[in-house]
Amino acid sequence: MTFGQLPYDVAHLLGGGMLLLSFMLLYQRRVGAVVNALATQGALLAAAAAWQGFVQDAPQLYLTALIALGAKAVLIPLALRLLIRRLALARGVDTALGIGPSLLAGVALVALSILVALPITTGVAAMAREDLAIALSVVLLGMLMMITRRNAILQVVGLMSLENGLVLAAVGVAGMPLVVELSTAALVMLVLVVAGVFVFQIRGRFDSVDIALLHPHRGEGG
Amino acid sequence: MLTALALGLLGFPLLAALALPLGRRGGLVVHGGSAGLCLLLALAAGGSLGFGLPEGVLGLPFGPAWGGAGLAMDGLSAWFLLLLGLAGASASVFALGGPPRGLVAWPLFLFGMALALLAADSFTLLLGFEAMSVASWALVALDHREESNRAAARLYLVFAALAGLCLVAAFGLLGAVEFAAIRAVPPEGWRANAVLVLALLGAGTKAGLVPLHAWLPLAHAAAPSHASALMSGVMTKVALYVLARLLLDLAGPVQPGWWGLPLLALGAASAVFGALRANLEEDTKTLLACSTIEHVGLVTMGLGLALLFRGADLGALAALAAGAALLHALAHGLFKTLLFLVAGAVLHAAGSRRLDRLGGLIHAMPRTAVLALVGLGAAAALPPLSGFASEWLLLQALLAGWRLDEFGAQMAAAAALALVAMAAALAAAAMLRFFGMAFLGRPRSPRGAGAREAGRFELLALLLPAGLTLLIGLVPGAALALAEPAIRLLAGAAQVPAQGIAQGVGLAAGEGQAGLLPLSVALLLGLAGVGAWAVIRWRSPGATRRGPVWNCGFIDPPEHLIFGDPLSQPSAAGLAQPLRRMLGGALLAGREAVAMPSPGETRPARLEAGFADPSGRFLLTPAARLRDAVAAQVERLRDLSIRGCLSMAFGTLVGLLALLAWLEGG
Amino acid sequence: MLILGSILVQLLHLALVLAAAPLVIGLVRWLKARMMGRRGASPLQPWRDLLKLLRKRPVLAENASVISEVAPFAGFAATAVAVALVPSFARGMLLAPVGDLVLLAGLLALARMALALAGMDVGTAFGGMGAAREMSFSAFAEPALLLCVLTFAILAGTTNLDAVSATFHDGALGLRVSLGLAAVAMLAVAVAENGRIPVDNPATHLELTMVHEAMLLEASGRHLALWDYAAALRLTLWLALVAAVFLPFGAAPAGSGPLAWLVGLLAWAVKMGGLCLMLAGFESAVAKMRVFRVPEFLGAALLLALLAAALLFVSTGLA
Repeated sequence: MTFGQLPYDVAHLLGGGMLLLSFMLLYQRRVGAVVNALATQGALLAAAAAWQGFVQDAPQLYLTALIALGAKAVLIPLALRLLIRRLALARGVDTALGIGPSLLAGVALVALSILVALPITTGVAAMAREDLAIALSVVLLGMLMMITRRNAILQVVGLMSLENGLVLAAVGVAGMPLVVELSTAALVMLVLVVAGVFVFQIRGRFDSVDIALLHPHRGEGG
Repeated sequence: MLTALALGLLGFPLLAALALPLGRRGGLVVHGGSAGLCLLLALAAGGSLGFGLPEGVLGLPFGPAWGGAGLAMDGLSAWFLLLLGLAGASASVFALGGPPRGLVAWPLFLFGMALALLAADSFTLLLGFEAMSVASWALVALDHREESNRAAARLYLVFAALAGLCLVAAFGLLGAVEFAAIRAVPPEGWRANAVLVLALLGAGTKAGLVPLHAWLPLAHAAAPSHASALMSGVMTKVALYVLARLLLDLAGPVQPGWWGLPLLALGAASAVFGALRANLEEDTKTLLACSTIEHVGLVTMGLGLALLFRGADLGALAALAAGAALLHALAHGLFKTLLFLVAGAVLHAAGSRRLDRLGGLIHAMPRTAVLALVGLGAAAALPPLSGFASEWLLLQALLAGWRLDEFGAQMAAAAALALVAMAAALAAAAMLRFFGMAFLGRPRSPRGAGAREAGRFELLALLLPAGLTLLIGLVPGAALALAEPAIRLLAGAAQVPAQGIAQGVGLAAGEGQAGLLPLSVALLLGLAGVGAWAVIRWRSPGATRRGPVWNCGFIDPPEHLIFGDPLSQPSAAGLAQPLRRMLGGALLAGREAVAMPSPGETRPARLEAGFADPSGRFLLTPAARLRDAVAAQVERLRDLSIRGCLSMAFGTLVGLLALLAWLEGG
Repeated sequence: MLILGSILVQLLHLALVLAAAPLVIGLVRWLKARMMGRRGASPLQPWRDLLKLLRKRPVLAENASVISEVAPFAGFAATAVAVALVPSFARGMLLAPVGDLVLLAGLLALARMALALAGMDVGTAFGGMGAAREMSFSAFAEPALLLCVLTFAILAGTTNLDAVSATFHDGALGLRVSLGLAAVAMLAVAVAENGRIPVDNPATHLELTMVHEAMLLEASGRHLALWDYAAALRLTLWLALVAAVFLPFGAAPAGSGPLAWLVGLLAWAVKMGGLCLMLAGFESAVAKMRVFRVPEFLGAALLLALLAAALLFVSTGLA
């Protein structure tokens, strides 16, 4: 596949859109906007999966798309919004690393993933390596989000975005069995539930969801 | 030709010698003579660039025992000599209008620079370079009654010594003394890399590259205006000439492309850092000195790019980058001379260098203001002035950076492109702040309100660089055609560019597809302006009325404030606020603090704002600590016995002999 | 014949853009009013305002210098030349060889400098504040713009706008992530350069949040008319630039006849109308951000443009 071929172009553009949204996640200062961006990313992922299903003629990918759309674009964002409202959490984003520096670090990570993806994919069609680089970038940006944000909710969002990147990489490869996709989705659901409970627990004990407050209770040092 | 040049050079020390017996009346002779000699140098350099360079080397009757000293002029020397002649002439004419000071040091300063540029061997070059350093130090230390000037001169001396030492070591590593001999056997391996590091340290210090720039804003502000003009406009260029000579010529055509990366990185850092700091400084000359750091960075980036392209066998692009570096060096040398002389004229007329004590000078000094606009437009890279033409070339070279075949180099070029654009925008902001504070608005002090137009010598001195800035901006192609031998030298002699970057009077890049025709742009601008003026005259004939300033209905000042309420005018720190907050906090440790009085207290609230250059914290403070530590260690030597002293001398002797044996063996 | 055609196209383009610029402003205002449920003034209103301003005698402050009288013309001239270089309905205009993207940035910088100088001329607090902010924003907008230019230069091999537009039209480049990212960055720069929401509010006269308007506080009569006209031209320029690069379809190729021009004209009108609708919708949907959030906004645009270039290095197999 090369440029100018519609199947490839659309898939490529959807991947690029997801990368753009990963940057939006890093850029936003309000939790509500972050959740919106996450929902959009989920919707794009669903579209990417559906498109791949159409192109590769693999009906199971439609199911993946449906799961992505239902869970990531609708249910989980709704749940997160509910959490925010129920807990009356602060609407602002509490950063450990400023917005500008984290964006800069994000671009550095993309450059890194390009550098990593290049040698691995020599021999593959020149176009596939850009896709791999994009998926890897989305994963790394999700991790960056988890590291650089203090709110527990945002860390959950980072985890979700990371998982989106993994799924994006998975649907791009022809013949990927659905089992893996289902299990990863279930895993993330599980993690989300755990995280939700976690949030409630912290809230109950410390009146805050700032995880820095947990450190004195770790029992190390004194 | 070379003999005539050498005799002309001898005129400078002669003038310096004349200054002593003539005493205070010597100003006219020394400065007038310097101006004449500089014009002759410029004529000679321009003539040889246009009609053929002199061949061969003129041997000098002195020099080291192991090699002769000599003078020669190739394209690179002639190009920088042209700049020296033009800028030196304007600065000398400007000095005629002021009190005769530094009469011995001034011709020697010019002499040193010319000697360094014309040298055909490392001995002569270093001789000229050191003469330049010492003479300029004397000029910096001229107003030594002020404590700050003494500190500036001290710091400058230390950095000049560092630069000299590094360059001596770099030239020493090259093996031979004559340039021709060095070119025949270029350095290889670790020796070449050591030359790279030493050249960057030595020439970079003198040119004011970040992080070795700490001396530059202080020294340039302390020297008399005509001296700071030349230090900023030409002396930094002589350092860049040495850098180019060492890395792009003497080190041979075989050096790897990555040599360009440190130059690119240091240049980009200098460009952004200098331009940002120029936005925060509150002293006209310090501000201009910081802008010099920026432009030196841009020239260095051009040289680095030329090295990168040379390493990738892209001859035409290397020529483009080299052309950008050379044109920008000339353009900056001229407009920065102009701007420093403007700052000098303002200092004479309004009695201050502080932006917060100037203002409204456009009413008192309209001619100076117009000439200043030319200079600052070029510094802000606005079309159709010289700064835009050269930065256009640099940007085109960076835009072609993707042709380098390594991802790292491509990304470096892309990042450098962004940084150059940012530096250009920051420079525009700094120049607006300079002009807006000094020339626009209302006077901020009684002394400034009584300013008069600059004298005729000063105006004449401003006219030359301003005219050249406009001329180079309009016909950059013609200027670059003169630089062709130098471009060929920098782009690697083996790879002569297929097409010139100078097309007629315009410029071309990217295999001739992108072009710049400033003459037509200027014509269009004039046409649009005149057209708009004609239409407006026809549709809106009413005369302009004058009335009190509106200022959003801000209350009129009380009677006793004859300049209006000073607090309702922007201050230097206030204008710097957006950039101090946006970029200064991260890069220059900018800070703002509000001291509020507690309730009931009568003192006013105060807003403190400032910044600190990180080079002070990370370079100067540790260096001072190291100096103290070394001094404490050396103090212990004084308590040694005679036997101890003798053994030290003996040890040194044996060590030197061993070194000699090793060098001859290897 | 070819030369005559290019001269004719150039003149028609100039007349078209000069006539359309106030209409573009009027259209955006009208669309915004409609979206907010107001009736809104007719799109012709900016033209009427300009003519009315021309009839009024300008009042200058007592200590205003010659800058206040010359800068409006300089700013207008720079913007007008810039707008003459951006193709609208046809390519291959007389000035196409001059139309370089870097030169375009330079001309816009010249216009910005003229405006900032005029803002500082009288020495009022608001003028200085506006000038300092405008110049500071450009320190982020210009690098972002040039990185977008880098993306175009890699794909088209040149920075000549006419050639870039032609390449993007003819060369089957497909939908590229890099171009998408560059488009987002370019739109962000366009919003900032034109002082639209969320960077600046063109309708505000609340002193502390003004940027562009703050520099015009002392201008009146024909000077204000020139500044307003230049601002309208600048908005038109940016929309036309976006249209020429990212939506090059429909424009008449170089050396074509009047029929192709007519088609190009229609296509241009549709494109500009669509962009105005997008702008109005965007402005109605978002809130103005704090002044010191703008560097983050433009910095994000800058990084996106850098990303676009980086992905292009990979996908074109250059690396």
